[in-house]
Amino acid sequence: MADRILKSINTRGLKNAVRGSEYKKEALISYGILIGGYILLQLGAMTGLIGRNLQGQFVPICVYVSLAISLNLVVGISGELSLGHAGFMAVGAFTGAVVVRVLENGIGFAPLRLLIALLISAAMAALAGLIIGLPILGLRGDYLAIVTLAFGEIIKNFMNVIYFALDENGHLKFAFNHEIEGISNAGRVLTGPIGATGVTKIATFTYAAILTAFTLFVVLNIKNSKQGRAIMAIRDNRIAGESIGLNVKKYKLMAFVVSASLAGMAGCMFGQNFSTLAPAKFNFNTSVLILVFVVLGGIGNIWGGMIAAALLTILPEALRQFSDYRMLAYSIVLIGVMIATYNPTIKSRISAFWNKVNPFKNKDKDKGKKPKKTGKEAA
Amino acid sequence: MADKDKREKMPGASETGHTYENRQEIYYNDNVGGRAVFVDAKEQYDPDEPYNEQVYLPEKDRDKEPILQVNGLGIDFGGLTAVDNFNLTLGRTEIGGLIGPNGAGKTTIFNMLTKVYEPTRGEIIFNGKSTKGMNTVDINKAGMARTFQNIRLFDKLTVEENIKVALHHTTDYSLIDGMLHTPKYKHEEFRIRKEAMKYLKIFGMTKTADYRAGSLPYGAQRRLEIMRALATKPKLLLLDEPAAGMNPSETSELMETIREIRDRFQIAIFLIEHDMNLVMNICEGIVVLNYGRVIAKGWPEDIQSNPKVIEAYLGKDRGKEKKKKAKEEDIEAALAKGKLESAPSGKPDEGRKEAQ
Amino acid sequence: MNLLNSLISGLSLGSVYAIIALGYTMVYGISKMLNFAHGDVIMVGGYISFIMSMYVGMNGWLALLVAMGACTVLGIVIERLAYRPLRGTGSLAVLITAIGVSYFLQNMALLIWGANPRVFPSILKGKGPYRFAGGELIISAESILTIVAIVVIMVVLTMFVNKTKAGKAMRAVSEDNGAAQLMGINVNQSISLTFAIGSALAAVAGVLMCSAYPVLMPTTGAMPGIKAFTAAVFGGIGSIPGAMIGGLILGVIEIFAKSYISTELSDAIVFACLIIVLLVRPTGLLGKKISEKV
Repeated sequence: MADRILKSINTRGLKNAVRGSEYKKEALISYGILIGGYILLQLGAMTGLIGRNLQGQFVPICVYVSLAISLNLVVGISGELSLGHAGFMAVGAFTGAVVVRVLENGIGFAPLRLLIALLISAAMAALAGLIIGLPILGLRGDYLAIVTLAFGEIIKNFMNVIYFALDENGHLKFAFNHEIEGISNAGRVLTGPIGATGVTKIATFTYAAILTAFTLFVVLNIKNSKQGRAIMAIRDNRIAGESIGLNVKKYKLMAFVVSASLAGMAGCMFGQNFSTLAPAKFNFNTSVLILVFVVLGGIGNIWGGMIAAALLTILPEALRQFSDYRMLAYSIVLIGVMIATYNPTIKSRISAFWNKVNPFKNKDKDKGKKPKKTGKEAA
Repeated sequence: MADKDKREKMPGASETGHTYENRQEIYYNDNVGGRAVFVDAKEQYDPDEPYNEQVYLPEKDRDKEPILQVNGLGIDFGGLTAVDNFNLTLGRTEIGGLIGPNGAGKTTIFNMLTKVYEPTRGEIIFNGKSTKGMNTVDINKAGMARTFQNIRLFDKLTVEENIKVALHHTTDYSLIDGMLHTPKYKHEEFRIRKEAMKYLKIFGMTKTADYRAGSLPYGAQRRLEIMRALATKPKLLLLDEPAAGMNPSETSELMETIREIRDRFQIAIFLIEHDMNLVMNICEGIVVLNYGRVIAKGWPEDIQSNPKVIEAYLGKDRGKEKKKKAKEEDIEAALAKGKLESAPSGKPDEGRKEAQ
Repeated sequence: MNLLNSLISGLSLGSVYAIIALGYTMVYGISKMLNFAHGDVIMVGGYISFIMSMYVGMNGWLALLVAMGACTVLGIVIERLAYRPLRGTGSLAVLITAIGVSYFLQNMALLIWGANPRVFPSILKGKGPYRFAGGELIISAESILTIVAIVVIMVVLTMFVNKTKAGKAMRAVSEDNGAAQLMGINVNQSISLTFAIGSALAAVAGVLMCSAYPVLMPTTGAMPGIKAFTAAVFGGIGSIPGAMIGGLILGVIEIFAKSYISTELSDAIVFACLIIVLLVRPTGLLGKKISEKV
């Protein structure tokens, strides 16, 4: 009697139910895009189809793709609006700049230097994420958004008053809010508002692509783990999450800190791609730019965010010939795409049109839909 | 087996107007439920001298410590007393019912039990320990799980994932394992997948495993919510209006399910419900709440005939002929809907006389 | 005396923030969206007033009126074209659109008026500064004007919202959009009106700000916009008196931080104060408590 199976539910209602997201499919598409994109860009550069200017954008493209992936962990998977992602990027970039410079004499092998710098940047950014996240993750919705914005600005401000330099003996010197005396220009590492100087660029397209792959690996794995499920459950229904014993703050913090450390690594890579880098680069606009990638790609859709990040990093470069008009065009495209993808009327028209012209359409699905349509028309 | 036959013979919700007597028979013959022993439930409730709760345990649970003991529980919302002096004792494998008109404070009691609200007064002793200082998460870890009046599922997760989330505390791997998908992760994931499937099989929902919870039909969502609560391995399951929005056949299916859950998992269940057919059929002890106070307690048949309960549900002013007639029509209407099934089983007249 | 000077310039700056914050808070109250383009409406107001007084040769006050009118139209058009199609689709989509609008306005201004900073002629040219206490206490005419302006705006706005039919409709819509619609309130009209008022106030703020700090560029509005937004949250977003208190406090904190702690870190200090306030009162100084029904 104990094994008696209860009557199964009425399965007729399931016709309208939606299949869940399939992790394997998502992973396949995401890695596919990354590998395909890498090969395509490498080929383009080798054959000379891609010009010098765009080739200079290869590392930033990878960095922004990583940032879009890591921000998706907070915005899409954890469901919290963050407007300060560039702050963590800044922590990583400047930590990386200092670490690489300090190691320059000790470790000759550049990739190893970069790897150590990436790890330390990740740790520092995670620490920043922890310090920021711990007090604020109890806040809700737009209040959390404004606090992340505030923290992003605070981090940028602090970077403006931090001075690091190497003296003649190779010792690292630090000063807060004032210049370091008696240092030659070559010895400067971080110089307040001027930022990182004298960086020997060690980031390459391949390293950056490997970092992006790592970021993707971590985020996709988390999404399909006990921790990721808990984070998404809390996003969907906080109260129900608490009722089954999920520690809301712990999981929100987990998403935030992991995302911050991944952003720190991306920032470190970004910093190693430019000979000078000012803190002003990591302002509110950069945070917003990363958020735009995530939202345009479809919130929570990892590969959508990747494509949006790549396209929107290339687009301003590609529109360079329109010079003055390019940012104007960019803003109009942004508004237009947002309205087209989120307005319910336009969205349904587009999907209806797509159903008509889609050559890959599933015949079974079509059969299922037809009687429903006629039913609606009759009504 | 004889028991099982009896249960299946039990008349369905509204097909045959089964009477008070034959239900009594079922309870007498139910070796799982057992007859609860009450002192004198027809005695009027007196707030100054509450009943001695201990004696309200069903016989089968009397030799064990009660799963839940609530003494003098009360909560105020800014000067307004929502619930006052609520007392309850629930046996280890008892199915208890909490009924009362809308706004009586039933869900508030659930919220206090699960610490969504911190009670202003009184104590809750769950599984022998006071829940003072615990929060919602601790309460669940201690072994109390609940469902919600307005279904709260993790809509964008699949059915299977909804259950896996609830298995969270028994899933043993760290964030690093989760990030890198180590062998430990794979082993544990395999195990909890099997376990989640076990729950789905018990509830006959294996087919739905891959569907998003938010897109399931209503009845399946309610079922999933119960399943999710069960997956946290509770000792006490709180169900907030499990039959709301269900049709009679779904409701009678649900009654089966609830009893099955109790038998299979050997846990206590405490439920809020407006469907009197369900409450009177499966609950062993019933508490009636009105305006935040307990107005009656007891065995289903006692509740049905309790004048205070009838007054709470049907109103007080019965002296006037016109209203009396109207109320009779109300009862008939309620009967037709299958609600308040046995209300006019001779006893309500007592209430009327008293009011006159 | 130094302290008093700082306090007055802080109040003056805070008044500008408060006027901008009013626009943020009213729009947030009624449509639950963070209108990041609001700061750029200030910049547009500043430019229009600048053009009117410098090239058309209008009186400063008349130019202000023209700027207010132009910004009102701009606000309504932005709402109609960019925000209304996305109403009810979640705050993130609208937020990104607002950022798009912000980019659009900045780049439009860049195309029309160029990147070079313009020196804005003060609306109170030739008046002040007034000296008190033997010349130690210096108050500029602009400071007085901004402080007077915020008091007048506050009084008028409070009366409008509490006494007039349109104001009551606005409050009803911000309380419960759907219920207001069922009561026969024209929600679209109420929202348009809110954007109109907010944008007109932005024009006032633009002219006052540029009079006090006479540099006008396409990005002029961006930072004050963010600061005013911070002020609105500080005071409790959605609350009109909250926006004023938040703006004033923030302005004073900023000036004090600048003159007594560090110019570079003044913004960081302002934002840190916001965070501390939100940690103590999660919905700002005068914000309503959010409670979720279980």
